[in-house]
Amino acid sequence: MKYMMFVCNDAEPDTDPTELPDIHKWVAENDSRGRRLTGDALAPTSAATTVRVRDGELLVSEGPFAETAEVIVGFDLLDCADLDEAIEVARTHPMAREGRLELRPFAALSD
Amino acid sequence: MAAEAVAVASVEAYPRIVATLIRVTGDWALAEDCAQESLTVALERWPTDGVPANPGGWLMTVARNRAIDVLRRATVERRKLHDLALLTPDEAHPEPEVGQDVVDDRLRLIFTCCHPALAIEARVALTLRTVCGVPTSDIARLLLVSESTMTRRLTRARTRIAQAGIPYRVPSGPALTERLPGVLAVLYLLFTRGYVADGEPAFADEAVRLARLLGRLMPDQSEVAALLALVLFQHSRRDARRDAAGNLLTLERQDRDRWDRAAIAEALVALDRVRHDGPYAWQARIAACHATAASADETDWPTIARAYDALADLRPSPVIALNRAVAHGYAYGPDAGLVVLDAARADGGLDGHPLAVAVQADLVARQGDRLRAAGLFREAAAAVGSTAERRALLDRADELAP
Repeated sequence: MKYMMFVCNDAEPDTDPTELPDIHKWVAENDSRGRRLTGDALAPTSAATTVRVRDGELLVSEGPFAETAEVIVGFDLLDCADLDEAIEVARTHPMAREGRLELRPFAALSD
Repeated sequence: MAAEAVAVASVEAYPRIVATLIRVTGDWALAEDCAQESLTVALERWPTDGVPANPGGWLMTVARNRAIDVLRRATVERRKLHDLALLTPDEAHPEPEVGQDVVDDRLRLIFTCCHPALAIEARVALTLRTVCGVPTSDIARLLLVSESTMTRRLTRARTRIAQAGIPYRVPSGPALTERLPGVLAVLYLLFTRGYVADGEPAFADEAVRLARLLGRLMPDQSEVAALLALVLFQHSRRDARRDAAGNLLTLERQDRDRWDRAAIAEALVALDRVRHDGPYAWQARIAACHATAASADETDWPTIARAYDALADLRPSPVIALNRAVAHGYAYGPDAGLVVLDAARADGGLDGHPLAVAVQADLVARQGDRLRAAGLFREAAAAVGSTAERRALLDRADELAP
């Protein structure tokens, strides 16, 4: 099953002082096992542009479509056997502690 | 007679049939419908044809054939039909050998229904419907929602299992250690919903049945045995907990001859299998002290107090802190109890908790200040939610200062 993993920041990060997992190791490990197809970090929301079309008119505005403290800062596209495997992949991502991760399956199941 | 035979057979067979059909078809609604259908057919046939030699196997065959019919009409994959055709009635036999690599389908079902990616209300409802076979209308009544709301909630939960990719599997290795407490929490929640003052006894019965099943399916898990012991000890008092008028009776006022000795014996056997000091282990040991005391005066309070000390370290919570104060009060006197109670109240976790006031009232009464104790009991009664509990607290107040 394919999952889009949204990487978000969080107002209450983990306070555990132990060292965070290394993101490069995480990427290498999950890429080599075929569980991560692609992924990247995103520029800050100050670089975002919102686009709408209403009654044929193009509306372009500065900034994200929702002004919230918790924003998506990156994403990873996962290919896992099931939710339990996706949770295992997510839990070892450093942002599971620094922020939070949302696992969203794709609407059209491509298997 | 036949209706009774159907009821008896369904307890064993229903979860097994549902669990097996889900494994083969992946369709939760279909599995439940077919299992239900097999019971309906049995109620029609058994009164005239007689009860079959292997009732569970008979039900399994009917349910399987029904599933094949439905799926054939829906022209699903041939693989599923093939796998269904291969199912033997023996898969509905009670207790086949549980080998290391043979995972009981019912265990898969329990772990899936109790998956942490489902909301707790969904876990409880789905477990009752799918594992226990409680009709949707009954679950709706027990959980105080309309039947249509409960139907939607169950449908949403089943859809979510498929869409989110929640696996139909018992986790292994470290994942099992992480997931098992969640399963036990659902079972215990089910039990306490039935056990609280105005609760629904059917919940407690189902929880005991589930705990027994889990105990058989996971004989090596210490906390499973501990939970089984705990619910059995508490359940053993079900007939003695109320007086003729329906008022709740505290432990020391209960007629111990009315405690279910068979349940206590079963609980002691389960407790014997407990190897680790988990949270349910300590609670079960506490319950054992109460259940085995010949009278309230002979209760081993120092042991109970020590168990609460350990439990408070392991799983700090306001309710445990409160019970710890009670235990210390009985073990070492009301002054000692009040010291523990004051410490527990210091962090504000017990603010507005009527039972904290009731515990204080009891300790103050035993210190000898009857008037102040009566006032505190009335204060607690005014804040408590359940009618039975309110009456019990007011009775205590009236006894102290009529």
